[in-house]
Amino acid sequence: MSSERKLMSGNEAVALGTKHAGCALGVGYPGTPSTEILENYAKLADCKAQWAPNEKVALEVGIGVAFAGTRTIVTMKHVGLNVAADPLFTVAYTGVTGGMVLAVADDPGMASSQNEQDSRNYARAAGVPLLEPADSQEAYDMTKLAFEISERWNQPVILRLSTRVCHSKTIVVPSDSKEVPAAHYERDIKGRVMIPAYARPAHKKMRAKLAEIEAWNNAEGPNPIIGNSSKLGIIANGVSALHAQEAAPDAKVMKLGMVYPLPMKAILEFIDSVEECIIIEESDPFIQTEVQAAGGKVRPRLERYRYGELDVVRVKRIIDGDDSEEAAPPRGKPPQLCDGCPHRASFQLLKNIGCTITGDIGCYTLSVLPPFETMDTCICMGGSIGIGLGMRHVLPEEQARKVVSVIGDGTFMHSGLTGVADMICNRPKYGHVIVILDNGTTAMTGLQEHPGTGKTLDHNPSGKTVSLEATCEAMGVDKVVILDPSREMEAFEQAVRDAMASNDLTVIIARRPCILAVVRDAKINRGEKVR
Amino acid sequence: MSEVVNVKFAGLGGQGILTCTDILGRVVFDMGNDVKKAEVHGMSQRGGSITSDLRFGDKVLSPMISAGQADFLIVMGEDQVEANQHFLKEGGILVKPSDFDVDQLTNKRTLNVALLGALSKHMEFPVEQWMDAVRAQLPERLHEVNEAAFMLGRGE
Ligand SMILES: Cc1ncc(C[n+]2csc(CCOP(=O)(O)OP(=O)(O)O)c2C)c(N)n1
Ligand code: SF4
Repeated sequence: MSSERKLMSGNEAVALGTKHAGCALGVGYPGTPSTEILENYAKLADCKAQWAPNEKVALEVGIGVAFAGTRTIVTMKHVGLNVAADPLFTVAYTGVTGGMVLAVADDPGMASSQNEQDSRNYARAAGVPLLEPADSQEAYDMTKLAFEISERWNQPVILRLSTRVCHSKTIVVPSDSKEVPAAHYERDIKGRVMIPAYARPAHKKMRAKLAEIEAWNNAEGPNPIIGNSSKLGIIANGVSALHAQEAAPDAKVMKLGMVYPLPMKAILEFIDSVEECIIIEESDPFIQTEVQAAGGKVRPRLERYRYGELDVVRVKRIIDGDDSEEAAPPRGKPPQLCDGCPHRASFQLLKNIGCTITGDIGCYTLSVLPPFETMDTCICMGGSIGIGLGMRHVLPEEQARKVVSVIGDGTFMHSGLTGVADMICNRPKYGHVIVILDNGTTAMTGLQEHPGTGKTLDHNPSGKTVSLEATCEAMGVDKVVILDPSREMEAFEQAVRDAMASNDLTVIIARRPCILAVVRDAKINRGEKVR
Repeated sequence: MSEVVNVKFAGLGGQGILTCTDILGRVVFDMGNDVKKAEVHGMSQRGGSITSDLRFGDKVLSPMISAGQADFLIVMGEDQVEANQHFLKEGGILVKPSDFDVDQLTNKRTLNVALLGALSKHMEFPVEQWMDAVRAQLPERLHEVNEAAFMLGRGE
């Protein structure tokens, strides 16, 4: 037990809260701004954490831990929950035995993401309670509360974070900690095998649990009311509540900590206690829609404030009903591939050849910007292969032959393998070309390991490496070529041209390590501390 | 209740603005203030623009500094002024490399800490408090050169 104050980020606070909640295993997939939760957790004494190859596997491993009667945290960014959505919707029916918390980090304003989807919609759609902290103290406290709720109702709980909460540092005073429960398996076939006959009652049971949780949230949920004005009332969640308190110091603020299921009775009473009520929330009008459906009278938010992050100035504008154009902030310098990045040579070459590139997500997505401007599509992780195949299937020959799928090694492990399986099974007439940019790391999110690097989260050898080339060959790819994009430019160019001209299914592995990973690994080898 | 002080740092990824925000954060934290530090990073390792906000006082609510609210704006290069000037409040103070003789820095990578030295002239915290924070945030082999940079920025 310690009452020492500490300055820590939201991610560090979630990690510490998880340790103090007595967690047996942390599992996740990297993604800004969630990545540092697991990295920090792994550094705490006696805390075991691992990266999964993708979010779906992460959640499934977590479900196994929770079915075995002990506690787990599963971490990912918002788009990761799309990948993990399949298990999510059904574990919401089965429920869990040990506590299970899904820490999901949204990115309103898209500091580092391909969309600004709002994870609260998943809580409602799947039937999973959702807590939302505003700062690091709340991140710490609510992590522990999420584990308690999860075990009290045997339901997984989402801890929704946002870029601001994850990456802001605020003061935390940690409190007591719990033991990790021993894992122990008890069979519960009807509860965990979701054939229709067992899933029908499980669905009803889940709805009954949610009704109980809503009653609890009304009576004693983490939803303090600050101030006592009878004029302006503000209902707000997460960091928006802090902006609101600052923007309108005289207003009465209901700060919602549990956003699903909403404490609707308490909310309607709050609305009745003030002359006018506004809801301040980032992203989708989630609370607003629910409150209006329940008959609550609130002034609707202007549509322009759905986009981007809120801050004190924008919240003042919302309160004032100001729908005038907002000043666009001056544009700073966009990020670029590092000098000496191995992706540079690859994109220079692909640009020279004049390929149509169905691209993917990673550092190499920056090749869309000058000086390369060499990427035609980017939708989601792993998307490069399927999208490339779709184009190859329907385009006339001359255009079809130009299509090349470009994907990083990390992304290939995450969700590229099934694309290759599809390519083998549904072979395009003129073949296809996949270029795997193998820089030996997940660079974009901060140099994490993955199954293809042969190392675990803490950068120690995992014992076996999943080989890109052996996997592709075993799956039935006609031709696998491996070369160094910076040193073997001619051979690289020839390989791409040959592949485009032939009807083969070719995988070209452009292998050269990320320079930042090289520096980091040298530090590790010297025994120096790395981030 | 004392006013909240807003300090905004601006630079490019890799220039060390997160480190110097952490140093100031440590100083004000050690002095018993409430502190909030917000930053946007993610793709920053690839040299894009980044900013970092530090707010302190008796009680800080929002972690972010909006346009027109910064008491201090610290830029890592003169080329950062234009993109960030709008954050300064009227009468706010701009701290920039030309405030001292940059050529006297023995190690260019200590510019961030030298800028903190320049900022420290406008704040009433004891020098020792700053030095403690510099030492706490940086590895030992970098202490001496950064302490010198701090004093250069401070003009002592
Ligand atoms: C579903 C999903 N999970 C996580 C992320 C975050 N993310 C962006 S790129 C990336 C992987 C990049 O690794 P790699 O493909 O090896 O490319 P590199 O950055 O190393 O060039 C990840 C995990 C995401 N965008 N989508
Ligand atoms: S971090 Fe690595 S992969 Fe990313 S741009 Fe820099 S060198 Fe390239």
